[in-house]
Amino acid sequence: MSEYAIEIKNLQKKYGRQTAVEGLNLTIEKGELFSLLGVNGAGKTTTMKMLSGLCLPSGGDATLCGYSILRDVGEVKKRIGVSPQETSVAQNLTVLENLEFMCGVYGFHKEKTREKIDEITEKLQLKEVLKKRAGKLSGGWQRRLSIALALIGDPEILFLDEPTLGLDVLARSELWTVIRALKGKVTVLLTTHYMEEAQELSDRIGIMKDGKLLALGTAEELKALTNTKKFEDAFIAIVKGESR
Amino acid sequence: MITFAKRTTLEIIRDPINLFFGLLFPVIILLLLRTIGSHTPAELFSLDSLAPGISVFGLSFMALFSATLVAKDRESAFLQRLYTTPLKNTDYILGYLLPLIAMSFLQCAVMYLVSLLLGLKWSVQILLCIVAIFPAAVFFVSVGMCCGCLFSVKQASGICGALLTNLTAWLSGVWFDLKLVGGWFQKIAECLPFVHAVKFQQAVLNGSIENAMNDLYWVLGYTAAGLLLAVLLFTTHERAKS
Repeated sequence: MSEYAIEIKNLQKKYGRQTAVEGLNLTIEKGELFSLLGVNGAGKTTTMKMLSGLCLPSGGDATLCGYSILRDVGEVKKRIGVSPQETSVAQNLTVLENLEFMCGVYGFHKEKTREKIDEITEKLQLKEVLKKRAGKLSGGWQRRLSIALALIGDPEILFLDEPTLGLDVLARSELWTVIRALKGKVTVLLTTHYMEEAQELSDRIGIMKDGKLLALGTAEELKALTNTKKFEDAFIAIVKGESR
Repeated sequence: MITFAKRTTLEIIRDPINLFFGLLFPVIILLLLRTIGSHTPAELFSLDSLAPGISVFGLSFMALFSATLVAKDRESAFLQRLYTTPLKNTDYILGYLLPLIAMSFLQCAVMYLVSLLLGLKWSVQILLCIVAIFPAAVFFVSVGMCCGCLFSVKQASGICGALLTNLTAWLSGVWFDLKLVGGWFQKIAECLPFVHAVKFQQAVLNGSIENAMNDLYWVLGYTAAGLLLAVLLFTTHERAKS
């Protein structure tokens, strides 16, 4: 079994003549919170979609917990949880019914469903909204529910695609607390275009542009690489190619 | 699949607009046409003709429900989330299809119940009519699923909510006898399943199924094609796109 949670080898995705992801090589350790940072169209979401089995790569391969996304997609799906960029919750169901639904998707029996819902409700502090319809919740609560749904199947790897997109400062801060609490317990691959989010939450950051991974390291390492004091300046320098 | 079907049911019945269009609107149409019929001698507006016709017309709303739900699930990435879980293709397809078929039976039963209250003569054929709505129900729900796979919520609502309901109404011979228009209009109508679905229902109600086997074959053909297309779209198009 692989020592890495995720091993990406020369991963590529092309849509016709357009290259969305080009020759991506990357390893992510178990329990690590890794962020893919980049502007819109950098290839972050496409990378996540390939890794979660939503689309096939045009070239290369990746293994998740030792299972290939090309050959063992069924095994991969048993080990991942995905919170897409959109809130992706059942709008007319209550929060509790959404959680019960996802327990049903994973085939949990009645007792395990109750235990799992208690655990997730506690972990993500959902108790006060359990009986509210998901469609009536604020954006922040819907995102929290979305992460809760992704955690139901006890994933070893959690994908969070732009988890705080469109949230206000307070909701974002609350969601960061939730995400921080997951560190070390589950491997998290997070995509974002918010620099402060990547800096605040991540063990390591990969900066992508035009489908390519331009730089990789901790926020401090990336600042040192570009001789900058602020992470934002480091990001701009890397994306503009001034670090070389 | 049961989990998914339960969720589909809750999503639909918790929308009051769905309940209005699914149950109340066809009843209103029936009452309206019956009122018109009571002032005209036209056989078309007798309960023997109207109840089967409006039962088929009501199915167009099932297409609308399936189209908007599938399109919403696509647009909100709810389906995308589920594609990363161990659910199988059959779970999605049956999870959408079965609750809407059950709702179609319920809608049909309500139509015949109201018709009985309005004076339709009771016979065991009425129970057969409810069962016989099955192929047409599968056709309409499948068409809705196809639209939900291919179009946005707004487009799918327009196509199924306006276009399909009107096609069903005008080309099924419920509102007027197609022979009155005749020509190319009648020919087109007879190439589509709507009028055949109504004729089959009417034949079942009248106890003369043997005279409507040709109509049944038309409906079954369209149902098979619609269902096959829905399955193909779900298994290939949806995954490729997401």
